Amino acid sequence: MKILLVAEHHQGQLRPATRHAVTAARQLGEQIDAVIAGADLSAVAAELATLAGINRVLQLDTAAQISPEQLAPALVNLAADYDVILAAAGTLSRDVLPRVAALLDVNMLPDLIRIESADTFVRPTYAGNVQARVQSLDARRVLSIRAPAFAATGTQAAAPIETRSFAADASQPHSSWLAEVQPHSDRPELTNARVVVSGGRALGSAEGFDTLLHPLASKLNAAIGASRAAVDEGFAPNEAQVGQTGVVVAPELYIAIGISGAVQHLAGMKDSGIVVAINSDPDAPIFQHADYSLVGDLFSVVPELTARL
Amino acid sequence: MKILVAVKRVVDANVKVRLKADGSDVDVGAAKMSMNPFDENAVEAAVRLKEAGQASEIVAVSVGPAGAQDTLRHALAMGADRAILIDSGDVAIDALSSAKLLRQVAEREQPQLILLGKQAIDEDAAVVGPMLAALLNRPQAVAASQITVESADTLTVVREIEGGQQTVRVPLPAVVTADLRLNEPRYVKLPNLMQARKKPIETLTPEALGVTLSAHHRLLGVNEPPARAAGQRVNSVEELINRLRADTRVLP
Ligand SMILES: Cc1cc2nc3c(=O)[nH]c(=O)nc-3n(C[C@H](O)[C@H](O)[C@H](O)COP(=O)(O)OP(=O)(O)OC[C@H]3O[C@@H](n4cnc5c(N)ncnc54)[C@H](O)[C@@H]3O)c2cc1C
Repeated sequence: MKILLVAEHHQGQLRPATRHAVTAARQLGEQIDAVIAGADLSAVAAELATLAGINRVLQLDTAAQISPEQLAPALVNLAADYDVILAAAGTLSRDVLPRVAALLDVNMLPDLIRIESADTFVRPTYAGNVQARVQSLDARRVLSIRAPAFAATGTQAAAPIETRSFAADASQPHSSWLAEVQPHSDRPELTNARVVVSGGRALGSAEGFDTLLHPLASKLNAAIGASRAAVDEGFAPNEAQVGQTGVVVAPELYIAIGISGAVQHLAGMKDSGIVVAINSDPDAPIFQHADYSLVGDLFSVVPELTARL
Repeated sequence: MKILVAVKRVVDANVKVRLKADGSDVDVGAAKMSMNPFDENAVEAAVRLKEAGQASEIVAVSVGPAGAQDTLRHALAMGADRAILIDSGDVAIDALSSAKLLRQVAEREQPQLILLGKQAIDEDAAVVGPMLAALLNRPQAVAASQITVESADTLTVVREIEGGQQTVRVPLPAVVTADLRLNEPRYVKLPNLMQARKKPIETLTPEALGVTLSAHHRLLGVNEPPARAAGQRVNSVEELINRLRADTRVLP
């Protein structure tokens, strides 16, 4: 079983999720090569080479913002030597791997949470209300895994790095990167934080997030999450949305504040270690998915919690 | 600009699905079915482009059982001009096969823009859009929260990515998938539904489109995720902190 792991990096850093994808790859087999594509890769490629389980790093030196349309054919060329093409679920895998699968004439199985054997996997469907066991019948398998479902791999003595030539095909119709807004934050990344403090509609305003959630998150070195309602109301930025259509997180501690607990929200946080819910409605559904339930008005509970920590 | 918009019939977002007693699959049974919410955003985007004079015709297409006619009627009531049902029968169709069927329709219709929802809320896979784009060798923008027509052959799309937003220029013809934040889909009123009855729905089969469907994976079974052990009420902030200190190492 030969595995090609597609590594993801961002702003000069290897995405933490890649470490989790290596663990998933190791459950499939021992022959794991990692491919990384982009510009100025030397530092990230060197880091990738030290992830325990990687035999070899293939470095594709491309333009800084290589389009998915141009990257996919290059990965398809590499794929000829592998049985499995695998990445962590994330922006890169959502953009590129379905294209790779289609060009290889295989289906893609995304967001795996368990690997049972070389061809049998478990993935959540219906907003996480269902877990489906699926067996791939394709000779080559294109997969993505959910990082929170697999541990991060450790480190090893660096594996060799080989540079592979990459020539973007200019005649390939492709999208072009124009700009990116990535709000800078001193907080941990939402998908990788040990603690997440999430707010819902009940926060009432962006100011509510600023004055109530941010101080609590600072005390706990937590990332800030939000329900869709809070995002839609403009209380929190889009990228903070936790759930079926936002980010999936599984921190050691998840604190849901003024969030009702709709299935679409639960889909993004229900595998968290300890869940705390703070809600004024004793019958709020979120309490059925919480380890600790505190019935109360968030406007008094949250400041008290922050003060006592 | 001609727009092809793909819509899927799924179990309504408010229904909690049940599993068949033998665990073989989800029991869709008599559950309320609706248009996949993201596809509603895609249809809404198409209709707004037409209302703004930037689109000439909207063709809605669905791969699914005969019942997907209802979903297409909904698209027509929202403002699509005509519809195509690719009747795949009652068997579940995988993403690659759906993309292959949609490709055939796209080759026949030659749309400048193909819109789809970024994911369907049943499979939650989010792969059909980029697969279709690859099969057609077209550029893509996945998870669009804003679409601007810059010229007859270029779009600017803002898309939702991990940690923020990204803006891309997309030459047409192209494939764009819709995020929920793209727009607020309109409510369909009775008169719209009545009018939609007069609009044509063409039915095609995979055979007629020259696509042989082969199975790429097998569903071995389904189960519910393990439930969290029953939690506890805490009566004060102090009690909460004491519990968390005992259970976790993350408190300061
Ligand atoms: C296709 C689809 C996808 C979706 N994707 C997502 C997703 O990814 N993520 C997501 O979160 N949602 C998603 N949703 C929306 C989801 O269904 C809910 O509408 C949403 O999660 C509700 O957000 P909320 O809990 O903040 O708001 P509400 O449901 O309005 O809940 C507010 C809660 O605050 C409590 N409250 C009010 N005042 C106070 C107070 N003073 N103190 C304490 N508590 C108080 C109330 O009791 C209530 O429980 C999706 C929906 C659809 C249809």
